[in-house]
Order: sequence, then structure tokens, then C-alpha cells
Amino acid sequence: MSILLTMIPIALVYATPIVIAALGGLYSERSGIVNIALEGIMMVGAFTAAAVTAVLEPSTTWAAYYGIAAGIVAGMIFSLLHAFASVNLKADQVVSGTALNILAGGLTVYLCQIFFDQQRTNAFTTGLAKVSVPGLKGIPFLGPVLFMDVYSTTYAAILLVLLTWFVVYKTPFGLRMRSCGEHPQAAASMGINVLAMRYTGVIISGALAGLAGGAMVLTQDIQYTLGSIHGTGFIALACLIFGKWNPFGVLGAGLFFGFSQALSIYAKDIAFLQKVPLDFFYMLPYVLTVIALVVFSGKSVGPKAAGELYDAGKR
Amino acid sequence: MKKNFVRAFCAFALASVAFAGSTKVGFVTDVGGIDDKSFNQSTWEGIKRFGQENNLTQGKEIKYLQSTAEADYVPNLSTLADEGMDLVVASGFLFESSMGEVAGKYPKQKFLIIDSVVKDKAGKTLPNVANAVFAEHEGSFLVGVAAGLKAKADKKNMVGFVGGMQFPLIEKFQAGFEQGVHAVNPGCKVLVDYAGTFSDPGKGQALAAKQYGAGAYIVFQAAGGTGNGVIKEAKERTQKGDVRWAIGVDKDQYNDGVYAPGKSAVLTSMMKRVDVAAHDVSAMVRDGKFPGGEVLVFSLKNKGVSIPGTNPNLPADITKKIAEYEAQIASGKLKVSEVPAKQ
Repeated sequence: MSILLTMIPIALVYATPIVIAALGGLYSERSGIVNIALEGIMMVGAFTAAAVTAVLEPSTTWAAYYGIAAGIVAGMIFSLLHAFASVNLKADQVVSGTALNILAGGLTVYLCQIFFDQQRTNAFTTGLAKVSVPGLKGIPFLGPVLFMDVYSTTYAAILLVLLTWFVVYKTPFGLRMRSCGEHPQAAASMGINVLAMRYTGVIISGALAGLAGGAMVLTQDIQYTLGSIHGTGFIALACLIFGKWNPFGVLGAGLFFGFSQALSIYAKDIAFLQKVPLDFFYMLPYVLTVIALVVFSGKSVGPKAAGELYDAGKR
Repeated sequence: MKKNFVRAFCAFALASVAFAGSTKVGFVTDVGGIDDKSFNQSTWEGIKRFGQENNLTQGKEIKYLQSTAEADYVPNLSTLADEGMDLVVASGFLFESSMGEVAGKYPKQKFLIIDSVVKDKAGKTLPNVANAVFAEHEGSFLVGVAAGLKAKADKKNMVGFVGGMQFPLIEKFQAGFEQGVHAVNPGCKVLVDYAGTFSDPGKGQALAAKQYGAGAYIVFQAAGGTGNGVIKEAKERTQKGDVRWAIGVDKDQYNDGVYAPGKSAVLTSMMKRVDVAAHDVSAMVRDGKFPGGEVLVFSLKNKGVSIPGTNPNLPADITKKIAEYEAQIASGKLKVSEVPAKQ
């Protein structure tokens, strides 16, 4: 039991960037644009956040938050490329997303080379540090697990889940956005500007993926390197499908993945798991993700028009 | 007959001119680039030092080619061989297959691979490739001594080791570290975890959090990018007043551990001196003693592994003790095992 309690904070650290990036994917796909560029946008966000933090840290204690903000802006700007290619140029969205993923690796290393004269950013001194919530951390059982030594980005992720649910399901904007992802021609006939809606969806996804990248590098790493994101954007994409394009589903899928990672870290210390080779636990998170995708894919219904070119004349 | 004699004489004359001229050394980087603050940069520094000692011109007699993709390795190695370099150097196991291929095509060209061994299909080394490897267990022993003494001085009784992947090379780090800790602090517990990856800082951080949480005071990471997460966790805890240390690997990682001006959470580092390997083998080529086909071990004895020259976090009595052990291992009086003791 005590091992389970110590696993929770680790699972939360892992789940945070996945959930935030997957929420980004949700906005984009709900508006009708498939965004497999989450990984690339996270890299750009992570690079920007790490670079800004490293540069500002000597002069301000809020450097990490400026870094996160810069990461969000960079993610939005970078995602514009995807929006432009897939909305204006009517490019294949998967190809455009792949291009962004490839571009991000080269671009960030190139910029590191220009600014820092090496293949990575300088090491920042603190990045984001864990916080404790005074008062709440005294709650028995839950306090030490959820309110002591947690990164503020984890709370941001949970708030974003609630906010996303509200925006997507309870506001006129959300309804319009979903309609663009389901049947854009019908939405257009009701006077909704489909192109503007899709631009908005992609830019929000850029902001969230940029935030996810910044959160990841500032909480887990000491600098941005080419390996800092190492596939988390793709895991987020899987969580989006696994979570059925629903904010709470995404949260559940992200936590599930976080826990399977934490399990791989603690398996060695759990008596009845010690006989199993360690390699099994290394692959466990990925195997579980694949299994979950296979089991749930039949029932997971994504936005109908996601990935399709918008042709206003189509009936 | 006479013709042959003249030919041989000419060849000899030409060879001696080349010999008297200079020793040309070429270096091919991996995708990390020449200024990666790691193996590539270090190797090039070793070659540059050799160049300075022998008055060689950079860009002519000593030069490097950068690889931007793995596909560049073979063409870059071949280019330097075509240019008639006396020695072509590359660093890291990434070059194992490409150097094997190129060395087969240029049997007269001398090659050096650092931190790896090139073998043919029959498992034999190639006669024109020198292989430089390191006695990681000996350097790890020294940082183990540092950890053991530091823990003892601060009344702590547990340290930890986080490895990248579990295979014999990384187990050498673990074995040396454990022996070093126990040599000076027999009762000290050593936690051991392997991350299964060299490129996941999040996992390194989680493993460090687990070990520090269990009471480990100092964690030695031999895990590449994964190790960055270990350093991050040590920094964060120390900043909050819960003092913990990390130990760096391959190069001096003191700067990576800086959390406030003049303060670093990196206690010391286990350095592989790839620059020493590059420099020394270049000198052997100059002296006509190229160790082709041999596997050279760079150990404490020939300064191939070491701790950094300055360790601001180690008190003088500990560095003195480390120097004593270093001398004992270098002289062969103390043997360090490469294999971890069975648990």
C-alpha cells in the first residue's frame, strides 16, 4: 500500500505533459484537423521554455513562468504552419503534421547552435520546482499524495481538463467547433466560418502542446536536448484516441499511462513481481497502450470529418 | 631487378619524407557535432593538443568532418582516408559498423575507434584499426570512495546507482562504484536501479526520487540523457534544504548541477578521458608504433579515466583519500572487479 502511495506522485509527473498535449489534440481534431504534429510542437515549446528560462534565471525568480509563457506562444506560432498547410493549402493533414515533426528536431537544434553555441540549450538552474499547498497537505492520506511536493503544472493539467470539458460541451463556441469536426458543410450552412474555426482549433492545440513541452522540460530535465520529448507527443495522440476525444477520457488515459510508467519503476520492489524480467516492465506502458487502443478502437468514435479536406461545395 | 630496387628506394625515400613531414590526423564526429561538450569535443581537444605539440596546422594536417546524419559516417571516414591522413579517428559505438566497413576497403589506412571495439564477422579485430576502451570500473571505484566518505562524514548510510541499460559495460560502473563505497564505508547500503533507456530524463528523475525517498544520500548515474533527470531531482531537493548529491558521468558535469551561483548538486564526476586516448594514439602513430588490431585499455594507470581536476564539493581529506586509492589501483596493488557482486 505504501508503495502505491509513493507511485501516485510519480504517475502524476508522467501524466501531466501527456494530458495537456492530448487536450491540445482534442481541440484540433474536434474542429476537424488531425494534428499528429503534437510531438514537434512540444519540442518547439520545450526548446523555447528551456531557452527563456536559462537566459532569464539570473535576473528573476519567475523565469520558469516566463519560459512556460514563451513556450505557449512558440507552440501557437509553430502550429500556424500546420493550420496554413492544411486549411489554406488543403494539404494532407498527416503529411503536414509529419513535416512539422521532422522540422522541429532540426529547427530546435539549429537554434540551440545559434544561441548557445552547442547542440542543446544551456542548463537552467531550477526550472519548475515542486510546491506544497499549505493547509491541504495536512489532510490524512490524500494530503501527502496530492498536495505535497506536486508540480504546479499538474494542477494546471487538471484545471485544463475541466475547462476543456466546459468549453467543448457547454458553450456555443464548443458546439460550433464540434459541428465543424462532424459535418463542416452543415456548419457552414448555419453561418459558421469553418476555416476560422479550424484555425482556432489548431492554434489552441499549438498553445497546449507548447505548454506541455515547456512543462515537461522544466519539471523533468535540466536543459533542452533532442531527446527531451522522446515520443511523448505520440503517446498523447494515443491517449486522445483511447480517451475517445473526451477531456475526462483523456485524463483517465493519461493517468493510466502514468501509472504503468510508475509501475515499471517500482516493479523491482514489489515482492510478487520480482521474478518477472525488468524488460517486461520497460515495455509495459507501450504494450498496455497498444492493447487499450485495440480493445477500445472499435467503440471510439472520433470527429467524423477530422482529416478530411473541407470542400464547401460537397453535399 | 635493378628497376625494383630503384622503385623500392623511391618508395622508401617518399615514405621518409612523409614521416619527417608531419603526422596527419583526421577526425569524424557523430551527429552530436564537434561542440557537443562531450565525446566529440573531447576527442577533438585531444587531437588539437597533439597538433599544438607537433606544430601541425589545423584544417590541413589535423582536421575534422562533421556528420549530420548516420548516413554520413561511411562517406566521411572514406573522405579522410582518400585525403591520405595518417590516422582517422572516430568516437563512440555508433561508428562500430561504419568503421569496420571503411577499414576493410582501405586496408593500408590506420584507424582509431574510441570507446568501442571494431570486429570482423569472425569476431577478430582488424589489423588496421586500433581500439581504445576504458576501465570504467576503476574510475567508478574512485567516485564510489567519494560517495562512501561523503556519506560517512554527513552521518548517512545509503547511496544509490542509476544505470542506463543493464549490460556488461554499464555493470562495470555499478561494480566499481559498489566496491569503492564499501572499501571506505562497509556498512553503507547501495541501491541499484536500471532505467532501460539512455534518453528519458523523466525516468531518471523518477528513479532518483525513489532512491532519495528511500534514504539514499548520493546517487551515481551512468545513464546519458536519463541521468539529467537524476541531477534535476538532486538540485530540487537540495534547494529546498533536503541536501542530496548526484555524481556525473563521462565528463565533468559540475556545471549541469548548478542550482545557485557557486553551488552545484554534482559532487564529482567519473570522466572518460577520450582526449587522452586520441592524443596518445596519435603520438604512437607519429612514433611508428601504431597499435593496429590491439584493444588498448585506458585506465587509472595511464590517466584514461579520472575524476575532475577540481572538485569544489569535496573536502580536502576526501580528495586526499581518493588520491591514495588512485595510486593503489594504478600500481596494481588494488584490483577492482568488473562484475557486480551477486545480490
